[in-house]
Amino acid sequence: MGDPWLGAPAVLAGGPSQLLPAREQMAFTLGFHIILVPFGVAFTFLMLLANYRGLRRGDADCLLLARRWSHVSAVLFAVGAVSGTVLSFELGLLWPGLMGRYGAAYGIPFAVEGLFFFLEAIFAAIYIYGWDRLPPWAHFWTGVPVVLSGIGGTLSVVAANAWMNRPGGITLRGGQVVAVRPLEVFFTGAFWYEALHMLLAAYIVAGFGVAGVYAAGQLRGRRDRYHRLGLAISFSVAAVASPAQILVGDVAAREVFRHEPVKFAAIEALTRTGTQVPERLGGVLVDGQLRYSLDVPSGASLLAGYRPSTRIRGLADFPADARPADHLVTVVHLAFDLMVGIGFALLALSAWFAWSWWRGRRIPEGRWLLRATAVSGALAVVALEAGWVVTEVGRQPWTVVGLLRTSDAVATSGNLWLFFAATLAIYAAVGAGTVLVLRLLSHRWRSRQVAAPGGAAGPGGPAGLGGAAGRGGPAGLGGTEPADSEVPYGPPADPGAAGGRA
Amino acid sequence: MSTFAAVVLFAGVVAYAVLGGADYGAGFWDLTAGGAGRGARPRHLIDQTLAPVWEANHVWLIFCLVTLWTAFPAAFAAITTTLYLPLGLAVLGIVLRGTGFAFRKVVVRTEQQRVAGAAFAAASVITPLFLGAVAGALASGRVPAAGYGDPLHSWLTATSALGAVLAVLTCAFLAAVFLVAEARRRGEGELEAWFRRRARVVAAVTGAAALAGIAILRADAPRLFHQLLGPGLPLVLVSAGCGLAALLLPAAPPRLLQLLAVLAVAAVVLGWGVAQYPYLLGTHLPIGAAAAPGATLWALAVVASAAALLVLPAFALLFSLQQRGRLP
Repeated sequence: MGDPWLGAPAVLAGGPSQLLPAREQMAFTLGFHIILVPFGVAFTFLMLLANYRGLRRGDADCLLLARRWSHVSAVLFAVGAVSGTVLSFELGLLWPGLMGRYGAAYGIPFAVEGLFFFLEAIFAAIYIYGWDRLPPWAHFWTGVPVVLSGIGGTLSVVAANAWMNRPGGITLRGGQVVAVRPLEVFFTGAFWYEALHMLLAAYIVAGFGVAGVYAAGQLRGRRDRYHRLGLAISFSVAAVASPAQILVGDVAAREVFRHEPVKFAAIEALTRTGTQVPERLGGVLVDGQLRYSLDVPSGASLLAGYRPSTRIRGLADFPADARPADHLVTVVHLAFDLMVGIGFALLALSAWFAWSWWRGRRIPEGRWLLRATAVSGALAVVALEAGWVVTEVGRQPWTVVGLLRTSDAVATSGNLWLFFAATLAIYAAVGAGTVLVLRLLSHRWRSRQVAAPGGAAGPGGPAGLGGAAGRGGPAGLGGTEPADSEVPYGPPADPGAAGGRA
Repeated sequence: MSTFAAVVLFAGVVAYAVLGGADYGAGFWDLTAGGAGRGARPRHLIDQTLAPVWEANHVWLIFCLVTLWTAFPAAFAAITTTLYLPLGLAVLGIVLRGTGFAFRKVVVRTEQQRVAGAAFAAASVITPLFLGAVAGALASGRVPAAGYGDPLHSWLTATSALGAVLAVLTCAFLAAVFLVAEARRRGEGELEAWFRRRARVVAAVTGAAALAGIAILRADAPRLFHQLLGPGLPLVLVSAGCGLAALLLPAAPPRLLQLLAVLAVAAVVLGWGVAQYPYLLGTHLPIGAAAAPGATLWALAVVASAAALLVLPAFALLFSLQQRGRLP
């Protein structure tokens, strides 16, 4: 299998031929991984909220939610950990020009992230496998470092991305990094708004994503307290984050206007510099003209500088080899509109939810509200992906703005198409497996809820299989039964399960 | 300062070799445990033992990567542009190993478990195989300082083959010994004996491979050979002594066995590090010349100190909870 991959290096060498597969692969694997990030970062916070409420009020439903969410996060955390590892390898395998030249600076935020990743992995394991075995409050506290290190890890990785957008903290001599100022590398001008924007996005995606699951369940008739609580806890977090996100996004856009003028021009799909620039929604850039857009007069100027006379630089102001190509400009422009559009839709949904809660004095259950909530999670993911498209595609042709072109960062050896194909195949299997496994968990819990509430080893059916684990059948691989038990913090459901046949 | 960064990097390599290695080795025993009926009990033990720790152990690999690319960026690029085949295959193996394991814990139908389990177990063997080949290529100085070395001949060598075989064997050895201790803790005498037998067999095979390795290194990697018998000799002897002791003490308490196994593997990996010193790549890239500017190394030192203060106690907590049966 090595040979075809290798191809004929003489023919395949030379940057441009590798640029496309490298970018496709990076986009695909990052796009895959980023969906899992909110569940590592923010879903654990929802889990702790439910856990806290459950302990504080002796609420069994809340504890059950927390315990089941910890199971889901165990699966997603594993997928997130390995897909994140792929990204680490790819930094070297796809972008050796970036790492070789700027690793001394760009690597620092990742080193910090490694620290948080350690703590997250360790305490997530203790939390997930500590149900029933640790004192309830001690167990709760083992979850806190998971949430904190999730935040720290996000800030670190985004710091690295912010550095690519607004590099600083280095001294170059003859193209070599000869001095590094680590704090300046980490806290670039782009750090705070980018990091906060991503952190809030993580809470929004996790919140609406989980709320969507319980809204769909309620639409199918499962309107018990358990489902209503699952929806209320997750939705509340997302609803608090949504308005904050609009504000942070607004600040971020203005910062991009001031410090990343090319990206801003791409976002607005603005070709000619001018004042009283309209905010143009939608449209396609054809021959340097944006067509089919909906224009708000002076909108862009007002948003960027609060007055119509604000001058915004157009793409034509920049050399063609220092700005994204026209088709990429369209992508950036539409991705931005999509992200902002979804952001406002989710804000409206949050307001609707808050209003009907206030009106009805109980967790809202209106059919249309539930329908909207059911799709909100998917929309939030789309907005997250669109946001990353804006910042990554909008930075092209640069990997590090002004310092390193993507075509100079890319690997020139091997045949990256074959690596990409292998990655696609494996990720397809992993993606399908993740969906299958999550559905399986949901079905198992549902049948248990119906068959035997409160019983760990349900009477036969899929639920019963879990209980068979300790008896050494093939199902013995499951090993999930103690933590799967329906009685949170009770004695281990089946002592034989852990001790085997001793 | 650059030497300190290299020491930190190598500490990460040793930790990953021992802790990550034991996890991969568990996959080796999972693969060879037999059919669904016969292999159920060892697989169950492997599953229970691995579940709470493998992700934390896996982070040592990330630690090595970030330390390498931050402290020695040019060396990192040289390695990835030369050894992209084994590295690419290893990382795909890492994906299959982790997800296969996580999925198998959830699915209950035998055929689904078989698919997920096969992915986990096969990838657990393939991944250390390729990582061992990478280690062999590095140790025998096959990576040029400017990178873009021969994509095949750099790692399809006798030393890389030795590295690959030793990696798989030491992983299996570590795992068998760890699982002996775990079976003892759970009072599963039969399983303890099952893993004890395997630990002895694999210890013997590893010893034989190491002996053959002497001849291989002499022919294929003379500098490594001389350095291992020079400054690295004490570590090589410690490793051999511990391995031999583990082999010759069939009834040793599991804890002692574990200590011997860890020492044997850590010593041989450290021996590689000592043999390599003061070079990062072959004899063409000294550690000092490859290092990032001083401030970066200081930043890394701060992060490493924070890791020592925060991460090591956290690991101690995780392992002690596991040992006391507080994590299933």
